[in-house]
Amino acid sequence: MKLDSKIPEGHISKKWTDYKDHLKLVAPNNRPKIDIIVVGTGLAGASAAASLGEMGYNVKAFCYQDSPRRAHSIAAQGGINAAKNYQNDGDSIYRLFYDTIKGGDYRAREANVHRLAEVSGNIIDQCVAQGVPFAREYGGLLDNRSFGGTQVQRTFYAAGQTGQQLLLGAYSALSRQIGLGRVKMFNRHEMLDLVKVDGKARGIIARNLVTGELERHSAHAVVIATGGYGNVYFLSTNAMGSNVTAGWKIHKKGALFANPCFVQIHPTCIPVHGVNQSKLTLMSESLRNSGRIWVPKKKEDAEAIREGKLKPTQLAEEDRDYFLERRYPAFGNLVPRDVASRAAKERCDAGHGIEANDTNEGVYLDFSTEIQNKGRQAAYAKGNHNPSAAEVTKLGKQWLEEKYGNLFTMYQKITDENPYETPMKIYPAVHYTMGGVWVDYNLQSTIPGCFVAGEANFSDHGANRLGASALMQGLADGYFVLPYTVSNYLADEIRTGKISTESQEFIDAENNVKNTIDKFLNNNGTKSVDHFHKRLGLIMWNKVGMARNEQGLKQAIEEIAALKEEFYKDVRVPGSSDELNPELEKALRVADFIDLGQLMAMDALQRNESCGGHFREEYQDSEGETLRDDENFSFVSAWEYMGYDISKEILNKEELKYEFIKIAARNYK
Amino acid sequence: MSSAKNININLKIWRQKNAKAKGSMETYKLDNVSTASSFLEMLDQLNEQLINDKKEPVAFDHDCREGICGMCSLYINGRAHGPDTGTTTCQLHMRKFNDGDTIFIEPWRSKAFPVVKDLVVDRSAFDRIQQAGGFVSVNTSGRTMDANAIPIPKEDADKSFMAAACIGCGACVATCKNGSAMLFVGAKVSQYALLPQGKVEATQRVLNMVRQMDEEGFGNCTNTGACEVECPKGISLENIARMNREYLKASLK
Repeated sequence: MKLDSKIPEGHISKKWTDYKDHLKLVAPNNRPKIDIIVVGTGLAGASAAASLGEMGYNVKAFCYQDSPRRAHSIAAQGGINAAKNYQNDGDSIYRLFYDTIKGGDYRAREANVHRLAEVSGNIIDQCVAQGVPFAREYGGLLDNRSFGGTQVQRTFYAAGQTGQQLLLGAYSALSRQIGLGRVKMFNRHEMLDLVKVDGKARGIIARNLVTGELERHSAHAVVIATGGYGNVYFLSTNAMGSNVTAGWKIHKKGALFANPCFVQIHPTCIPVHGVNQSKLTLMSESLRNSGRIWVPKKKEDAEAIREGKLKPTQLAEEDRDYFLERRYPAFGNLVPRDVASRAAKERCDAGHGIEANDTNEGVYLDFSTEIQNKGRQAAYAKGNHNPSAAEVTKLGKQWLEEKYGNLFTMYQKITDENPYETPMKIYPAVHYTMGGVWVDYNLQSTIPGCFVAGEANFSDHGANRLGASALMQGLADGYFVLPYTVSNYLADEIRTGKISTESQEFIDAENNVKNTIDKFLNNNGTKSVDHFHKRLGLIMWNKVGMARNEQGLKQAIEEIAALKEEFYKDVRVPGSSDELNPELEKALRVADFIDLGQLMAMDALQRNESCGGHFREEYQDSEGETLRDDENFSFVSAWEYMGYDISKEILNKEELKYEFIKIAARNYK
Repeated sequence: MSSAKNININLKIWRQKNAKAKGSMETYKLDNVSTASSFLEMLDQLNEQLINDKKEPVAFDHDCREGICGMCSLYINGRAHGPDTGTTTCQLHMRKFNDGDTIFIEPWRSKAFPVVKDLVVDRSAFDRIQQAGGFVSVNTSGRTMDANAIPIPKEDADKSFMAAACIGCGACVATCKNGSAMLFVGAKVSQYALLPQGKVEATQRVLNMVRQMDEEGFGNCTNTGACEVECPKGISLENIARMNREYLKASLK
């Protein structure tokens, strides 16, 4: 298949402006004649549905949760980047653009990323206008902090609940449109197939999760904003319901799937507690502004800690190895996520892990230095220039509580340990997926009329996403890109008229979904859906996780193909199709995860280089850093579905051209 | 985490086939529950056991499992979100229970939150209240004024944020003897009332949201304060007082 990214000509800083000026428009009187479906109500979906509703289109929005406000964007903690340069520390649109391309290890499209940086400032303006209560300084202006992979302070935040506040902002805009009747909301509905008519996306089949009824919904364009696929690993920081089904269904209908092996493993999550663990919890990257990561220098100290004979607070300063500060002095604890995760794994593999679980995997995130520093500053600010040690500690802890209070509380709830007194134990966990449905500059997939936004697409983060950039991308796509590009597409649809749901295409799609559901319910297998999902997760984590190699990937491909056969033969799905049936929902999602898992391993196998989150053990330098191969792998891999056997998928390549940034080895030292 | 141990427990759980069916409490025995597990992981374990015994698993709402999406609910041993204060059910851990305990699990009980199935209830009334006025009427443009154009006192911004931290779980309603939604609505009204951006529509907002709240069948507030005690996010009663002031102001206009 020939891939046309539709990147406009011209200088990087002018592309989006010039392009927008020449896009086709739909006049206000024609917009009510046009229907748009938006699937997913996270930052990208809610902002797209709200904005398209405001413009006057008929929008139908779908989410599987009981309310659009629950989408998993809500769980984002640390912040949102924007090139406002309010801190006067050298930030600019170019700098944000450059940091994002570099952070993504030169595997993202220049034009898309520059557009993202251009609209980043508008996002903050828009959110403040909506009443999003960002953190402020005493002068009443917005506060900023730093995130990984940058040397400026451009991250806007609301305590450790930035995603919540931004999503509730988008939800309020969406709610306003629902109240005005311009958006019709379908809660507890899940999209189970895309309907194509004459090659164009014309609607979806959705299941009402309460009644089990299959519904046909038609539209002139379909927007997929259903998030990432981290749950392919079973254990991840994603919500339990997060899934790839919508993205996978459109893939099966002709949308290419790009860079599936690019997965972000986040360095600071709470370690696994045991076999019944259902999900992993993130401790925000913002904590790396204040926390220092270390393990014991000596293996015997690590062992003593694991056995409970030694407390981390008893270990002398010179016996601690602050391995990020040691290896990457220029960025220290604020190196990008992939770098930090691999460094933690390296130390634990070498026997310095501190957690007493099956794998001994865990490192410390220590706030004691920050408590002293901030405590002294706070005492000075109060006019006390000679504070006692106790006063300093008290004020320092107060400062931490104000900055990160909810995170510290969450940590204590889960682990039963007090992070103000003893360092947090953390370990990397699956968090975000840079890969996703392939889209062009318009965010349109290879199916005309089917757009993909937010984490569900592949477009902006290359092989590694920088912290606080997911929220930025979700809102950029929904508020400031799709309203233009979707309208451009719809300009040719004003004469189409209402699309019937009685066509053969809708009937066939509905029947296919019905048959799949019936097959699962009548399967009479012996094992639960979770049983298979956990096994898939283990294969993925061990062989397609933080470090990959040829042999492991080849094994993973075979093991997943075998697991697929066993799943269809032996899965047990209780209950019936005409009721709320969470096990059935899970079965339908896991079926797609199994397919995707295999494709991820295939993608990782063909990419004979290390870049960003994709670390192939065969391709590293003498210091264990990633070795990119720009000559042979400077492309987006875009996979084409060829039927039930995933190993038959065809690899298409979109060449990446860097015209405005000079490619270099990524260096954070 | 290293101090985790396994306990055996008895469960009494509300089972109800659908909205129309009559429900009842059913008894289950569950062994070898790790005290490091979350409450919902314990329910996962029960469901795995039920599926293996060819029985119907228990339906319950949950999603993020990190205390922020507001989807989980459950009345546990007579308390919304269980025995731990300032905690959603998904962040409640089994170390709060002892070997041999009998744990009662019921859905939210409120007229405005009808049961859908087992422990799952319909909270869409909250969405409709929000749709009636819980927003600032600003279209997407990217051409609003610069975000720093209006300084907002840190204290006001912080208070607004604390109100906006509501996760919309409905514990306040479930725990209130009157089934009142005043804490939820008060928090939303307060978030906007404390910000200059929210002041323009303040009158219409509070009137519309309160009207919708009444139409949904929520009860009145009699200042018992149970909502504040059980709110997993510590939303303050001050927000109800602020809403009452806003409502009075709006009514007199």
